[in-house]
Amino acid sequence: MSVNDVIMDAMIENNVGFVTTVPCKQLAGVIEKIEQSDKMIHVPSNREDEGMGLCAGAFMGGRRPAIIMQNTAIGVTINSLATLIQYYRIPLPMLISYRGEIGEPVACQVEMAVHTKALLDQLCIPTYHFHKEEDADELPAILNHAYMARKPVAVLMDASFWKGY
Amino acid sequence: MIRSDVLKTLIPLISDELVVTNIGLPSQEMHLLDDQPTNFYMLGTMGLASSIGLGLAMAQPKKVIAIDGDGSVLMNLGTLPTIANNQVPNFILLIIDNGSYGSTGDQTTYAGMRTSLADVARACGCDHVVECAAEDTAAAVEAALAAEQTTVIVSKCESGNIKVPVIELDPVMIKERFMASVAE
Repeated sequence: MSVNDVIMDAMIENNVGFVTTVPCKQLAGVIEKIEQSDKMIHVPSNREDEGMGLCAGAFMGGRRPAIIMQNTAIGVTINSLATLIQYYRIPLPMLISYRGEIGEPVACQVEMAVHTKALLDQLCIPTYHFHKEEDADELPAILNHAYMARKPVAVLMDASFWKGY
Repeated sequence: MIRSDVLKTLIPLISDELVVTNIGLPSQEMHLLDDQPTNFYMLGTMGLASSIGLGLAMAQPKKVIAIDGDGSVLMNLGTLPTIANNQVPNFILLIIDNGSYGSTGDQTTYAGMRTSLADVARACGCDHVVECAAEDTAAAVEAALAAEQTTVIVSKCESGNIKVPVIELDPVMIKERFMASVAE
């Protein structure tokens, strides 16, 4: 099974009902599947902080939310994570393409990659790093963990996981 | 009329509706004037009231009114194309446009200068955009509540604030009682 299918099945298994996305080439296959699914509402957002607002609203409306974004978005969303998602205790799995790791062709992506884990750590956000394909087997439990704990949870999926670009 | 005067005229209409209120004085004024479990007060995160309101409206069928400000919409201008491209029958975005950053000392916003948020909303693809004078806001909200369409209302009012206390409610309590109202 492709990693895209593994990710999709994990979301369906966890009854994810609302997904907002800001695209990444690595995440394109998953985003396409989300768009086609009748099990979840898909709302592309223009910026990731906007997406977190959408997810907070959807959660209060009774749907389990998730956000799909690049790791550069951590720089955009720190205020939203601290003052909305964490402050009001809203569960939010963040499925993140971890740009700037080994295999990255774009040097500038490395500049945010070196800050990504430190920022997540500073925010006390549980963080999981998918490096090999089989790491995705843990995704259903990670999603369940986020909704149980009512916390944002980060899943960093690097270039090795995606087998290149 | 200033924002708090406009809010007073809305209370008979929106008291029992799901309302998301913007950070700072709009939330504090609604909390002072008519605290309800159906009000979701934003205590931080400037700019996201309209996004929270849209997500809520898309997730469930009850009407949702997001009460936002011109400065906050300018901060999250990307919200308008998202609203335009995800029009649902139960969402109203009410922008109280006093042309200033009220909570921070009434500095002029660009909406108080050359930029028309109603024109921006239309250009983004919002089909039902109403710009009205402050005193006509209640009628516009009443019409929007009766209609089954996404409506963006830009209420042009004067700049100015009343003295209001900060909200001391715990954010989790605000969320929990709001969610109970949504689920009722």
